[in-house]
Amino acid sequence: MSDVPLLGVVGIGVTYGGYVALDDVSCRVVENSIHALIGPNGAGKTTLFNVISGLVKPESGSLQFRERRYTGLRPDQILVMGIARNFQQVRLFPVLSVIENVMVGCHSRLPRTSFRDFVLGPLGRDKVDRLARQRAAEMLDLVEYRGDTKAPPSQMTLVDQRRIEIARALASDPQLLLLDEPAAGMNPAEASQLSEIIRKIRGLGRTVLLVEHNTRMVFSLADEVTVLSAGKIIASGPPSAVKSDSAVVTAYLGNV
Amino acid sequence: MFNSYTESLAVFFGINVLMAFSVYLPSSAGLISLGQGGFMAIGAYTSALLTAKDVPFAMALAAGAVVAALIGVLVAAPAIRIRGIYLIIATLGFGEIVRVLFINLEFAGGASGLSGIRPLTTLWYVVGVCFFVGLCLWRLRTLTLGRAILAVHEDETAAEAMGIKLLQTKLIAFGGGAAIAGLAGGLFAHYALFIDPEQFGFSRSAEAFLFVVLGGSGNPFGPIIGAAIVTLLPEVLRFLQDWRMSFFAVLLIGCAIWRPGGLVAARPPSRL
Repeated sequence: MSDVPLLGVVGIGVTYGGYVALDDVSCRVVENSIHALIGPNGAGKTTLFNVISGLVKPESGSLQFRERRYTGLRPDQILVMGIARNFQQVRLFPVLSVIENVMVGCHSRLPRTSFRDFVLGPLGRDKVDRLARQRAAEMLDLVEYRGDTKAPPSQMTLVDQRRIEIARALASDPQLLLLDEPAAGMNPAEASQLSEIIRKIRGLGRTVLLVEHNTRMVFSLADEVTVLSAGKIIASGPPSAVKSDSAVVTAYLGNV
Repeated sequence: MFNSYTESLAVFFGINVLMAFSVYLPSSAGLISLGQGGFMAIGAYTSALLTAKDVPFAMALAAGAVVAALIGVLVAAPAIRIRGIYLIIATLGFGEIVRVLFINLEFAGGASGLSGIRPLTTLWYVVGVCFFVGLCLWRLRTLTLGRAILAVHEDETAAEAMGIKLLQTKLIAFGGGAAIAGLAGGLFAHYALFIDPEQFGFSRSAEAFLFVVLGGSGNPFGPIIGAAIVTLLPEVLRFLQDWRMSFFAVLLIGCAIWRPGGLVAARPPSRL
């Protein structure tokens, strides 16, 4: 594992009105690692995700991807650069089918539709469409989605919807995948299946930054854990060190 | 095959279908326009002034569509950051500006309008253009661009996070709608043979909007049905005389109660 950080977050500050959501937050995510971000509710984890993916503009600090500063880029530019995400509250597109939702994730990697594709599409000979469909099916397979791919996502269970969202993010071929509470609402069997999927994703050379409340899952899965509390980073390091950190125990894990 | 009454009815129906498409395309990206009459005027005047200079009809029509699209993109670029009701008001204002502009354009006939336009629009021309635009819109649904447009409509934040360029996608949808209205205007001008700014005022824009509300905006068939009802029903209901428009009001209220998504429901995604 190289020591060059894939993602560098340097001194990020975000305030909503007078409320300080993130205060001088810095962390680094090592390439090809599984990095977990934990902390109590309202600690600023989702805000940090929104900053990294460009949905929230930070008031101070900078973001680096492979040592290149990318602060201020639009979300779509950040996706093209190689950072994709899911949403804590599932945000699939309701009028699109499951497979079409995942196909949207491929858009940034698809060639342009040629005139020939446009004309021959109704005969099933649209190359761009075929490419997107094939890639989307592979991604659904990767996240072990077994449901109907042509139905609207609203007909699926929440667990399946989370899988579809991960597939949609993966379809953009990201180097860094941001997962915001992917195991929320999952039973232990489903959560451990998800852990395997996340390991598989890392096995494909990708890096995963994960927000999760399921601490058992976090500590067994992550190479590195960063703890956020009230907008500040209170600990960062390998799971064993973080687990026994007294500040973390007081703020989040509680005395067992 | 057709007498002149049914022929003119069919031509105006076709033009109305195009106007319905011109509202439908931007609306599928979540952009509601109440100013399509303005783009129709731009297409009508542009093509009529060109055919008066002996430019071939097809080229004049295309030019009308292109000019309408360019102005559409120009107007929409700053306005598109605003949403919902504010965009509706902005497009409404645009429609009025175009109307007043043409009243004051002396070379376009001003308030007394432009007459002596050559009768170049035939029924088959209208049918051909309608089919072409309709097929393109139908095909759009399974294209990358079509999915992007729907994604923007459903959830702008998620769409942007998935790499869709919001502004570009919206401008294409809005500009495309303006181009279709421009085509409708060109066909109208060369059939009516006389145009003046009042023909493209608010009532024209509102009517085009009505086609889509009535027919439904889930797929291209909704606007066609909407245009058919609004264009043809008054003819069928001639016996009601003064009560014709009241019947319309009842129909609209009924539609709002029982079929709020329009008469033609959105096609479920499972079929694609």
